[in-house]
Amino acid sequence: MSDVAERVKKIVVEHLGVDADKVVESANFIDDLGADSLDTVELVMAFEEEFGVEIPDDQAETIVTVGDAVKFLEKASADK
Amino acid sequence: MRRVVVTGLGMVSPLACGVEATWRRLIAGESGARKVERIEVSDIPCQIAAQVPRGDAPDAFHPDEWMDPKEQRRVDDFIVYAMSAATQALRDADWAPKTYEEEIETGVLIGSGIGGLGGIYDASVTLHEKGPRRISPFFITGRLINLAGGQVSIAHKLKGPNHAVVTACSTGAHAIGDAGRLIALGDANVMVAGGAESAVNRLALAGFSACKALSTGFNDRPRQASRPYDRDRDGFVMGEGAGCVVLEEYEHAKARGARIYAELIGYGLSGDAYHITAPSPDGDGGFRSMAAAIKRAGISASDIDYVNAHGTSTPMGDEIELRAVERVLGNSAARTTMSSTKSSIGHLLGAAGAVEAIFCVLAIRDQIAPPTLNLDNPSVETAIDLAPHAARKRPIEIALSNSFGFGGTNASIVFRAAS
Repeated sequence: MSDVAERVKKIVVEHLGVDADKVVESANFIDDLGADSLDTVELVMAFEEEFGVEIPDDQAETIVTVGDAVKFLEKASADK
Repeated sequence: MRRVVVTGLGMVSPLACGVEATWRRLIAGESGARKVERIEVSDIPCQIAAQVPRGDAPDAFHPDEWMDPKEQRRVDDFIVYAMSAATQALRDADWAPKTYEEEIETGVLIGSGIGGLGGIYDASVTLHEKGPRRISPFFITGRLINLAGGQVSIAHKLKGPNHAVVTACSTGAHAIGDAGRLIALGDANVMVAGGAESAVNRLALAGFSACKALSTGFNDRPRQASRPYDRDRDGFVMGEGAGCVVLEEYEHAKARGARIYAELIGYGLSGDAYHITAPSPDGDGGFRSMAAAIKRAGISASDIDYVNAHGTSTPMGDEIELRAVERVLGNSAARTTMSSTKSSIGHLLGAAGAVEAIFCVLAIRDQIAPPTLNLDNPSVETAIDLAPHAARKRPIEIALSNSFGFGGTNASIVFRAAS
């Protein structure tokens, strides 16, 4: 697992209070990890804080799984 | 109107998490006042407070027992304290709504004096330093006063009246009194009622210091700082915590075989219409709230065995209340015991009236009046027994609790032994 994926997983576990085993790439934040719409707003803020990037609202809407977040943040980190 | 009884008690206090542990320490004359922990106070005139014990302390408050850690992170402590006190009270009452009918007949009325001031402070700093994009989506819902009751209702499926009170230091008493009315009038059969506060933070300490309400002369002797009626008192000691009771319609409680602690027989309210912080010097507001509660209770003043005073240890307020109580009691003053439990646990602001109502109920149960600590030299003479230093064993059938708040808001509630 990449460094970005590890950091994303840690944030998701912490913010959603879920078991680390459940935080797999295909896990959907809302359907699989029990998040509601406010939880996802908070998650995106936590990603922004951790990776020092800005995630515009229209892009945030496309991040629905753990894998989406990892992919987005890997690219954003590389572009920095 | 229908009769209202108390069937459950719950509490988080500076002495302990739990009703019985708090009561035991209170009766033993222990104090919850200490040097302020976990907060920088070196530049604030008042550096002491009565904080809820945490960590390894005996009978400490362990937040994870009462609320999911994920939710705790998003709310101010007053909500976590309320969750604990409400859950304790419901368990104590052995009332857990299961059917839809039980859910809709059970309501919540929990208030707070200030709500999430600590979280507002932190978010303001974040807004200033990092901008609006860093404000949490849970900022508002973690600070709102009625979210204490909101969270309790969600956790326990209480679908009856969902209300909250904000009347500064009268909040807890108003919450219990109003909840009793909702039952008496038939809006609910069971209510979880009380108050919660967590204002021991830099902003509140600075604010209450600025309006000259806090004790500042006892930073090196915290346990001696809260000294109601004593000539050397110089302000209140801020406390924190929560108190909740389960109030229940009498026939409802009897039908399910619930243990009845006491009956809520009287509730009176009044306004001073005098000053934002100072009580009216003639004590008329307090007098009228007590008189209204006594009238509603259908008793005479001479029936009152124990008064849990508002008695915050401020130079002005204590004597004004004492004179008002003397005026209410008249010739029977000498047979009444009155104490201020704020001498032990400090002033829990919006939770004070709820916690002190519970002390009245326990005073009736155990036939003992908790003491007024640190009352070495009374500043005025009175015929009323102020229970200095030590708890007073005595017959207590009827107890009255006073709560007075900034803005000139007064509430008195009266309990009678279950019959």
